[in-house]
Amino acid sequence: MKQLLSIKNLFVNVEDKEILKGLNFEVNAGETHVIMGPNGAGKSSLMNAIFGNPKYQKTNGQIVFNDVDITNAKPDEIAKLGVFMSFQNPVSVEGISVFNFIKTAKSKLTNSPINYFDLKDEIDKYVLQLDMREELSKRDLNVGFSGGEKKKAEILQMLCLNPKLAILDETDSGLDVDAIKVVSKGVEMFKNDQNAVLIITHSSRILEHLKVDKVHILLNGKIVKTGDASLVDFVEKNGYAGFEGEN
Amino acid sequence: MDRKNKDFSGASKNDLDFLQDNQNFYDFKNADDYEYKIKKGLSKEIVEEISKRKNEPDWLLQIRLKALETYFKLDLPQWGPDLSELDMDNISTYVKPKTESKSSWEDVPEDIKNTFTKLGIPKAEHQYLAGVGAQYDSEVVYHSIKEDMLKRGVIYTDIDTAVKEYPELVKEYFSKCVPLSEHKFISLHYAVFSGGSFVYVPKGVKLEMPLQSYFRLNSPESGQFEHTLIIVDEGASLHFIEGCSAPKYSKVNLHAGCVELFVKDNAEMKFSTIENWSKNMLNLNTKKAIVGNNAKLDWVSGSFGSKISMLYPMSILQGDNSSTEYVGISFAGSGQNLDTGFKVLHIGKNTTSNVVSKSISKSGGVATYRSIVNILPSAINAKCSVNCDGLMLDSISKSDTIPVNKIACNDITFSHEAKVGKISEEAIYYLMTRGLTEQDAKAVIVRGFASPISKSFPLEYAVEMNRLIDLELEEAKND
Ligand SMILES: Nc1ncnc2c1ncn2[C@@H]1O[C@H](COP(=O)(O)OP(=O)(O)OP(=O)(O)O)[C@@H](O)[C@H]1O
Ligand SMILES: [Mg+2]
Repeated sequence: MKQLLSIKNLFVNVEDKEILKGLNFEVNAGETHVIMGPNGAGKSSLMNAIFGNPKYQKTNGQIVFNDVDITNAKPDEIAKLGVFMSFQNPVSVEGISVFNFIKTAKSKLTNSPINYFDLKDEIDKYVLQLDMREELSKRDLNVGFSGGEKKKAEILQMLCLNPKLAILDETDSGLDVDAIKVVSKGVEMFKNDQNAVLIITHSSRILEHLKVDKVHILLNGKIVKTGDASLVDFVEKNGYAGFEGEN
Repeated sequence: MDRKNKDFSGASKNDLDFLQDNQNFYDFKNADDYEYKIKKGLSKEIVEEISKRKNEPDWLLQIRLKALETYFKLDLPQWGPDLSELDMDNISTYVKPKTESKSSWEDVPEDIKNTFTKLGIPKAEHQYLAGVGAQYDSEVVYHSIKEDMLKRGVIYTDIDTAVKEYPELVKEYFSKCVPLSEHKFISLHYAVFSGGSFVYVPKGVKLEMPLQSYFRLNSPESGQFEHTLIIVDEGASLHFIEGCSAPKYSKVNLHAGCVELFVKDNAEMKFSTIENWSKNMLNLNTKKAIVGNNAKLDWVSGSFGSKISMLYPMSILQGDNSSTEYVGISFAGSGQNLDTGFKVLHIGKNTTSNVVSKSISKSGGVATYRSIVNILPSAINAKCSVNCDGLMLDSISKSDTIPVNKIACNDITFSHEAKVGKISEEAIYYLMTRGLTEQDAKAVIVRGFASPISKSFPLEYAVEMNRLIDLELEEAKND
């Protein structure tokens, strides 16, 4: 199986506070991974570190994506290699519609002009599948979107940009029961044996339609345990107390 | 299915297909090749010489001389950017190009014609303008108006011609909106003014297509002092577009133009400007309008380039139920100080003014929004709303708002909102994770910030404005 993402001995500081302390894990093509961990454990920080967010300083370790060392790469370079992240808190940007933004991003990622009508058909299709309001793609990017609409708009972007690795940071939180189902189906639709998904979540709902290959528990800045899908249920029942001793 | 008719919002105004490297195509120069360039400095002889060369009537010469006197008496403004580097002894106030005004591009000398072709003027004229005027240095070199406009009685010509052909009309309005002594640089303007456009739209005539005048200053160490005088008569309507640019020289150039607008009862006018001066330009421009009963005047203003700009269009809402809107953007980069804004005087009842101002600063540039809202006791039930935003692209740049509000009437509605802030790092990062470079991400954010303004321009000019924004951002990278 082709290795897509490999993280070795990663140490990350945020504002001089050490958040990640020697973290390791790997994701192969065709796999779906889940990361769980208590609030403030460093899950979002990990995603930001992968994506080269300048606020998250790597003091040690290495991140390789698809055979390219991206430890010190810029976010746009990482995106161009095929990594996508659905943000826990997507930013609003005035004056650019969701449609035009996706068009711009897609042309930047593929380095070629995008046919307007093809993209329109594609977006219309996904908007329908994600049960989004049609006019949403014409509105300014995330401006005035409800919490759930923002999350769906992230998934819409993911589907259109078709990355090799999609990282979903709590895409399910804030979604109603039906919306979680729709998003879960969207991820299922996206998934194939060439790409991979890394899902950060606090609940098992979004995983309903997905075949989960591995579950990692992030605690105290490290992956303290890796297991199969059953680990999710264990966490839901017992919380994280049982992992404190592991290392 | 007919794909052409598929609806889609945003059109191409927001289309970012052309997020790409720009070259500054405004910055090309021709040889300083003129028929006559007046000696540098300012004196009675110089003013008389300009007037004589134009074969002007005496009343106009008297205005010039009076203005010159006032100029010497008045002080530099005691507020705003420092103008001490302006030395009139180093400025030539009149440069006549090697041609008379023509009504066919064929007849315009090659290098001058090429200049305006590069700037896209003949193409725009062909596609969507009702008439075009083009000024090169101190004189208009081209003026033309579509046949059917002439038939409807529209006058669109250069000021010199208007003085000769429509003396009564010019005399009635000239300097009646902007008085000679309002400030030092308007006095200077009246002393040496040359070129500019004269427009008269007769009663009830509504122009569907805009008129456009373009002002190009090519000559180094010179000034441009065009005077634009527009009368939109009762019930008429007009959209006038003004464009300006200049190549860059090492020494200071000066632009001190004047725009006087008369919007009569029930008339409507929109005055749009896109200026992109080179960064050695001092742009000290004056624009003012008198708005009649039930009349409406909108200013749309994109201020780019120049070393220093001081520009505050003013609307005088004289008539009852008259209204005005000011929508403006300025972009100050390294070494630039752009002091722009709006003035409004509410006189009539039920008068309305709306302001949306955006300023952007980067690489140490200074962008200031300065305004005066003056509501007189007579302006019962006046409404005024001001909204200004400043966006700083880094921490060494400055953005400021300096509003003055004089409200002498109780029975009014007034709101003022001002926001100044730094570009969001978080938003830049978010856009970058979708594959946009830092530069592209900034361009998207800045264009978005500017979009309420670019939407007020006709499409082609919105595109030009976006290109100017990209240009400024490019330069930020190189600073
Ligand atoms: N940009 C930042 N500035 C300051 N502190 C930060 C920043 N990002 C993360 N932190 C801190 O790092 C720690 C880990 O935060 P992180 O957001 O990674 O947690 P998380 O595991 O995603 O939690 P949650 O489940 O609540 O989303 C927290 O203590 C948080 O306050
Ligand atoms: Mg988080």
